[in-house]
Amino acid sequence: MLDRRTAITALLAHRSRDLAIITGLGSATWDVASVGDHDRNFYLWGAMGGAAMVGLGLALARPDLRTAVVTGDGEMLMGLGSLATVGVQRPANLAIIVLDNGVYGETGMQPSHTRHAVDLAATARACGIDLVLDVAEPDELQRLAALLPGFDRTLFARVRITPDEPPRVLPTRDGVELKLRFRRAVGADRGEAS
Amino acid sequence: MREPTWDKEAEVAATPLPRSETGWPDQLFGVLKAKDIRQVGYVPDAGHSRLIELCAADADIRDVVLTTEEEGIGLAAGAWLGGQRAVLLMQSSGVGNCINMLSLTKNCRFPLVMLVTMRGEWAEFNPWQVPMGSIVEPALRLCDVLVSRADHADAVADTVEAAIELAFGGELAVAVLLSQRLIGRKVWVK
Repeated sequence: MLDRRTAITALLAHRSRDLAIITGLGSATWDVASVGDHDRNFYLWGAMGGAAMVGLGLALARPDLRTAVVTGDGEMLMGLGSLATVGVQRPANLAIIVLDNGVYGETGMQPSHTRHAVDLAATARACGIDLVLDVAEPDELQRLAALLPGFDRTLFARVRITPDEPPRVLPTRDGVELKLRFRRAVGADRGEAS
Repeated sequence: MREPTWDKEAEVAATPLPRSETGWPDQLFGVLKAKDIRQVGYVPDAGHSRLIELCAADADIRDVVLTTEEEGIGLAAGAWLGGQRAVLLMQSSGVGNCINMLSLTKNCRFPLVMLVTMRGEWAEFNPWQVPMGSIVEPALRLCDVLVSRADHADAVADTVEAAIELAFGGELAVAVLLSQRLIGRKVWVK
């Protein structure tokens, strides 16, 4: 098992310019923000269960970008059906990275379903995503980090992390600001004036 | 073996009414094309079946089948982040599945267009459709979704066109309710 901040830093410290990130609410948002704020980050502070679908809509709209959804096991579980929806579309430029610590960290560390028999990597495979990484060791993390700038089919990674609570790094929670700056950063604000 | 109980209501509901060919789904498709809609998220629905078929056959529209309607709220937000316009097709019962996800739309002021075929109102045979169908409009309004309604085939294209202009012009959430009367009676016994 990996330390969550070490893992997210290894994945994002040298992110490529074309990478856009959607975060699921809670710890995944704080983790991504801890590597440094970025105008191509879109953080969810709510809408639990929606991160993968926001990523899917973006990935389909923008094949010229790579979209990575970074979320936690609890958030992914609430939107489990969205893995089936992603499995039907399978955009080549979408990665879903689940930081899986087996607990609901924001609410008092109650065990999540992944502490039991539920296996999110197997679920992703069963939904038709065939590039699935199960990351628990540093060398597997390096493999995922190396894949991120160049993957060419839908990628799902379960990253096993230790259940702890590192200091929170809070990005802005103004949704309009997050939307506008993201759209400017990817040039989506042009062409809607007509 | 006992004879099945004769259900008069089922038989009455099964009698197809003579209806003229309205073509409103085809007109609606024309509006989506004219307004540059590029993603259409839907949970399969009989009232939208023709429109779904047209969208799936169009090379410039990505049809995205959803497992539950709330997925579509995220999909539409993501599409807009990337600069594309999406619309969602759903039945009235699906509106209830969207409630918490609409906080994403409201907090970020995402544009949203929901085209909702109504159940649980005009000539409904199945009472299980009524509890959600009857609160669709107030529920959407509570979520700050602007609601308009088309009761007749010749009003559909105009109403949806206006809703799309409102949504993407002002980054607002808009729903158009397509009345059950427009969809017609569901044939229960074939």
